[in-house]
Amino acid sequence: MLYFSRFKVLSIFVTLLLGIYFFIPNIAQLNNNFLFPNKKVNLGLDLQGGSYILLEIDSKPLVDQKLQTKSLELRRELRQKNINYLNFRTEKNSLLFDFKEDQKNLLEQVLNDKLINSSVGATAREFSITYQANIVRITFTEDLINMVKKNALEQSIEIVRNRIDELGTKEPNIITRGQDRILVELPGLKDPGEIKKLLGKTAKLTFRFLSNTNDEKSMGIEALNSSKKDAKYSVEKRIVISGENLIDAQPGFDELSNSSVVNFKLDNLGSRKFGAASKDNIGRNLAIVLDNEVISAPVIRSAIVTGNGQISGNFTAQEANELAILLRSGALPAPLSIIEERTVGPDLGKESIQNGIFSLIIGLFLVVVYMLYNYRILGLFSNISLFANLILITSTLSILGSTLTLPGIAGIILTVGMAVDSNVLIYERIKEELKIEKSNLIAFDTAYKKVLTTILDSNITTLIAAFVLYYMGSGPVKGFAITLAIGIISTFFTTYVFGRYLVSIYVKKNKENLIRI
Amino acid sequence: MSFYDNKYDFLKYKNFFMILSLVLFSLSVLFFYTKGLNLGVDFKGGTVIEMKFAEANKSEDIRKSLLKINLGDVKVKEFGSNKEFLATIEKKGENNDFVASIKNHLEKDLNKKIDFRRVEVVGSKISKELTMDGIYSVILALVLMLIYIWFRFEWQFSVGSIIALVHDVIITIGAFSLIGYEFNLSIVAAILTIVGYSMNDTVIIYDRIREFLKKDDKQEIGALINDSINSTLSRTLKTSGTTLLALVSIYFFGGEILKGFSFAMIWGVLIGTYSSIFIASPILIFFNVKRNWDEVVDNTP
Repeated sequence: MLYFSRFKVLSIFVTLLLGIYFFIPNIAQLNNNFLFPNKKVNLGLDLQGGSYILLEIDSKPLVDQKLQTKSLELRRELRQKNINYLNFRTEKNSLLFDFKEDQKNLLEQVLNDKLINSSVGATAREFSITYQANIVRITFTEDLINMVKKNALEQSIEIVRNRIDELGTKEPNIITRGQDRILVELPGLKDPGEIKKLLGKTAKLTFRFLSNTNDEKSMGIEALNSSKKDAKYSVEKRIVISGENLIDAQPGFDELSNSSVVNFKLDNLGSRKFGAASKDNIGRNLAIVLDNEVISAPVIRSAIVTGNGQISGNFTAQEANELAILLRSGALPAPLSIIEERTVGPDLGKESIQNGIFSLIIGLFLVVVYMLYNYRILGLFSNISLFANLILITSTLSILGSTLTLPGIAGIILTVGMAVDSNVLIYERIKEELKIEKSNLIAFDTAYKKVLTTILDSNITTLIAAFVLYYMGSGPVKGFAITLAIGIISTFFTTYVFGRYLVSIYVKKNKENLIRI
Repeated sequence: MSFYDNKYDFLKYKNFFMILSLVLFSLSVLFFYTKGLNLGVDFKGGTVIEMKFAEANKSEDIRKSLLKINLGDVKVKEFGSNKEFLATIEKKGENNDFVASIKNHLEKDLNKKIDFRRVEVVGSKISKELTMDGIYSVILALVLMLIYIWFRFEWQFSVGSIIALVHDVIITIGAFSLIGYEFNLSIVAAILTIVGYSMNDTVIIYDRIREFLKKDDKQEIGALINDSINSTLSRTLKTSGTTLLALVSIYFFGGEILKGFSFAMIWGVLIGTYSSIFIASPILIFFNVKRNWDEVVDNTP
């Protein structure tokens, strides 16, 4: 145990030197020095300041919409095939209707037709069919609902990305979480208010004519609120053009009305539709509807064929800018709601780092003194390996690019306290062995041998805890788990390998002298 | 270092400590069910705002001001100094302007400039998930350790250590219920670390017991366990000592956010050290520990 081959000694020092090499960028301002790596420890949002926002897509309206479409399609098909149906109704994720017993075979044929009940993925179908007496129930399969969710998620994340990019935040991290969630991390952002406002709107834009009649009950008309005034409009449900036809939208200023506006540009199809509609409806009011609120309803004075238009609605400059961003980035397929938000200001982050480093220094100082007092020269070896340990932990974090959080710093300090455990175990064992064994060499050697299983057993249990924390925890807690795990592994190296090497040099020099601990 | 050379009879009062632990355990369960835990937003949902004023302020004034707008239950406490406060708000807001509107109201109402340094909003769905995750993770950690110890030792050791761990976890939760410290995600992290730490402590004594069992199959089991505790005692105390030094440093200098976490850890290290000596080891007497370890040990359960 006390013999180290040249190769072993060499690898110990290479490891330590590599550790120091990757550690240096963390404490020195190097400014892309070609000698040293660029990698530093990644600070978590709680240390550098920033926002963590978890959004959830409400996919229910999408499934409901799909159900509506399916119901129309199915009824048309049933009529065509002369199949009688009664009591057509919808329940949660399913359609129900009564049928005549003698038409069951025909009905089965229709319902199993690949054109009606299409495939989803390799094996699954859109809906499952159950018969109950003369009632048939058609239920959307889990696969179909998941596909709807997946598509919505994919579309949404693109739009979320567009909107956030428009605001020019530095290095946002936008990823999907599970089936219906989007995680947005915005480092360095002080106030996420504006982004939250942008993410809170689906931004479905439609251009629809105001109705000539005021009869709310009549088909094809709905009453919508105005976005600014306390007023109601009765608006046709028929859509002239929608946001999908927009290719650009920019904030602008209208000299005449002395207010901010949004100028937009339509694509070819949109221009043609808009041109035709405006030509036939001169003198009528065209409502510009965003998320079921009427922004404005200007009168059409002439046919608009250029495909360029302007939305005015007594906007402030900021409102116009926001609207332009929303229109440019496109509409979300379904509303997003913020289900979790954690924001830390940059000042607090800096303070946390200072506090963390200060308590690390105090903790380190206390432990170093304690070890020196208890074990004298061996304590010194233990302290040297403790410093090596801290350097290795930091450099491993830098190399892996893992994130250091505030609980992560706590994890490092805790490691300082627990790292000496292996040394204490070894030194206490040495003491015991020295009582029975006269030769220093043999006593030290046996102590290291005997203590190995204990060190392994006890560290593996802590590793298990760290492992569970990593897989179950989120954000800051994950950071704690990472430093704890790295700490345990590097502790093993610095105390059992490097520390043992230091001790072996000392013992070999003092073969005969009495070593007192 | 004569203190460590003394031999103490730890098992002499084993019944006393067993009963003491049982009482603490029952009290913890009782507190948990009657008083409950002061759950943070992580587990209850709602909003937490850490704010800083330029000059000193009173938490009661902030609370009164916040109660003027409809926010549900509001709690405000000083957080580190009389310029910094932590407000815990029951509601989480329906729209995305919620936090901004609170800030506007407070600044107008108190006529002071306020810096919102940290904001956490957790919806009820997430808080339920985090609660389940927390419970599952503690159970998962316990089960994994049970399996590991079973694999490395014998089932008696594995059961003994798990009893001690459950004891530690429950009594730590009981302490939080009694004191009323906020129970949040970082406390769950602390509990898992305590589980790891306490296990670590227990394993070191068990290791020694196993070593003695292999060496000597005649010695009375109680005496053997007592010898094992004694010969590892100085290590147990010294390691707890250094760990506590590091933790006390975090508690006093690590800032307000880490206070709860470091408190839980300090408490956990104390209770974990206690349980390794007075619960996990003596309990082996009650199980019929295998005495004949001479043949090649088959570790598979």
